[in-house]
Amino acid sequence: MKIFLKLTFLFVIISSLISSRAIAAGEQQELLKVDWSFKSFFGKFDRASLQRGYQVYTEVCASCHSLKHLSYRNLAEKGGPEFTELEAKAIASNFEVTDGPNSDGEMFERPAKLSDKFVMPYANVQEAIAANGGAYPPDMSVLVKARSGGANYIYSVLMGYDEPPAGMELDDGVYYNKYMYGNKIKMSSPLDDDIVEYSDGTKATVDQMAKDVTTFLQWTAEPHLETRHKLGFRVIIYLSVLTVLVYFSMKKIWSRIETKV
Amino acid sequence: MSDHEYTPKSKVGKWFNDRLPLLTLANHLTDYPTPKNLNYWWTFGGILTFCLITQIITGIVLGMHYVAHADLAFQSVEHIMRDVNYGWLIRYVHANGASMFFLAVYIHIFRSLYYGSYKSPREVIWIIGMLIYFLMMATAFMGYVLPWGQMSFWGATVITNLFSAIPLVGESITNWLWGGYSVDNPTLTRFFSLHYLFPFLILGLVVLHIWALHVPGNNNPIGIDIKKPSKDTVPFHPYIVIKDAFALLIFLLIFAFFVFFSPNILGHADNYIEANPLVTPAHIVPEWYLLPFYAILRSVPDKLLGVIAMFAAIFVLVILPWLDTSKVRSTVFRPIYKQFYWFLVADVLILGYVGAMPAEGLYLLIARVATAYYFAHFLIILPFLGLKEKTTPLPLSITEPVLGGSADMAMARNNSDFKEKL
Repeated sequence: MKIFLKLTFLFVIISSLISSRAIAAGEQQELLKVDWSFKSFFGKFDRASLQRGYQVYTEVCASCHSLKHLSYRNLAEKGGPEFTELEAKAIASNFEVTDGPNSDGEMFERPAKLSDKFVMPYANVQEAIAANGGAYPPDMSVLVKARSGGANYIYSVLMGYDEPPAGMELDDGVYYNKYMYGNKIKMSSPLDDDIVEYSDGTKATVDQMAKDVTTFLQWTAEPHLETRHKLGFRVIIYLSVLTVLVYFSMKKIWSRIETKV
Repeated sequence: MSDHEYTPKSKVGKWFNDRLPLLTLANHLTDYPTPKNLNYWWTFGGILTFCLITQIITGIVLGMHYVAHADLAFQSVEHIMRDVNYGWLIRYVHANGASMFFLAVYIHIFRSLYYGSYKSPREVIWIIGMLIYFLMMATAFMGYVLPWGQMSFWGATVITNLFSAIPLVGESITNWLWGGYSVDNPTLTRFFSLHYLFPFLILGLVVLHIWALHVPGNNNPIGIDIKKPSKDTVPFHPYIVIKDAFALLIFLLIFAFFVFFSPNILGHADNYIEANPLVTPAHIVPEWYLLPFYAILRSVPDKLLGVIAMFAAIFVLVILPWLDTSKVRSTVFRPIYKQFYWFLVADVLILGYVGAMPAEGLYLLIARVATAYYFAHFLIILPFLGLKEKTTPLPLSITEPVLGGSADMAMARNNSDFKEKL
């Protein structure tokens, strides 16, 4: 069993190497930490928070940020915001997509269906950059996984708008943010109290909206997170039981010779 | 190799075996006499075989859904993660599997270093192993490029640019590797093609690695030659099979923990940003398992010399059997070498650490000292120490306790020969 101690030791060293790399990647300020419901071993999404987060996304973020890897059907799928199919259809029908060609060889516009991808706010990257003063509003589908710090980072940036420290000159259209890399961000603070009206009566504070939309973005980045946690738990249980059985079989087999295992 | 001739019991079996001796091979593999004192560090060979098979199977499935095109690769990976049934599981197993593969291979290599498994008569096993390791690094590097994220693109740019350091033909070679004038679609498609090919080359080398192992048989923790089969050995099946299975399960528990509960911790967040040739990431770092070599590369101020140093760091391992002059295999009986061994382990870990840090200031200084020590270990300490070191007495066999007096391997061997004659 001494070997497992050694292995654990090695493991600790390697994980400390990894975490030190994350530090080297250059967080300037310690991120705000939230006790997310999806973080732990059995972590699940807060369904109501996902639905509110979707509302914040459509009403606030969606005018600039795309979610190009998602389809409208995802909104009704298990493990997500779990809108009913009717609700998801209604959401989709608010958007127009170009389809075709039809039998006359013409392209035509039609309301979006569940199978369509989320309609993007801009036709292409160039248009998005031109409309946003030279900064590309990144696609949000995997944004949480694309930032070291993950959900805490997204939440921190949303909460991190502040007056620039004395002596810091900011150009027009550039804003100060405590947690953003380089402390400069081209997006103005997107959230204000009561900028959206939650239908479930939750008070739409900046903090609440930031949490909801971050939860939503965690789901868009990891739509199978709940299945993963559930399956992972079963796999660990299965492997543990099998390990114990194999351990005793091994002891039994090796008892035929005097050497210890 | 077991000496007795094997004849299948059934008539059909005998008929077939006379034409293709597969049953003889199977019999050899099950009966294969293995030293009974092998510790758990010896279970990593089996674990590595498992890793290779896992990577090949998950890789083939991923290849069914992945699109090797600069405009579509990132999207197709997201398609796998979202829409393919259990695609997320297959991809996370493949991505984390690469890390687990390297974790296991590093333990396997350092086990070899500790117990002197590279020494005569096992030099060829060792060299084939180093070829496998080298191919693994190439395969893993090209695999990391395939999702076409920012780290994929810039990692590929940095590494392929190394070849431009070659005098005269460097530029042409780099353009030839790229299939153009920068890392672009042709680079991606050829990397995909080679990433699919290399694992099968590795598989072939693994067969040779095991074949070469089965000629002299396993080394063991006390590193002495043993008679096979004898009281010192057990048949591979069931003794080693069950022990390997147990160790593999422990390994799988760690593996599963990564896959299901922190699948992205070993990767870099920037690789979830689509590749953009116009935006360079703040820090370009390779995957963790390549960091020590990356540190060596960056610690040399000259580009060409840096590249040479990096490849030399691997080559020095290839010629290790002739650099280590000590006749005693196991570190257990080499008190001074034992300390240097742990210095080397620490040195490689330090190299890995500074490889992840920006190459400046104190980090650069540490990287240079660690690089110098790395080469000194193999080129100065090992050859010299083997001649000077006073080793402790070797036991005559695995079952015999240590006898006082003789510290000499040859003496020990003579003694055991003598005993047999009696």
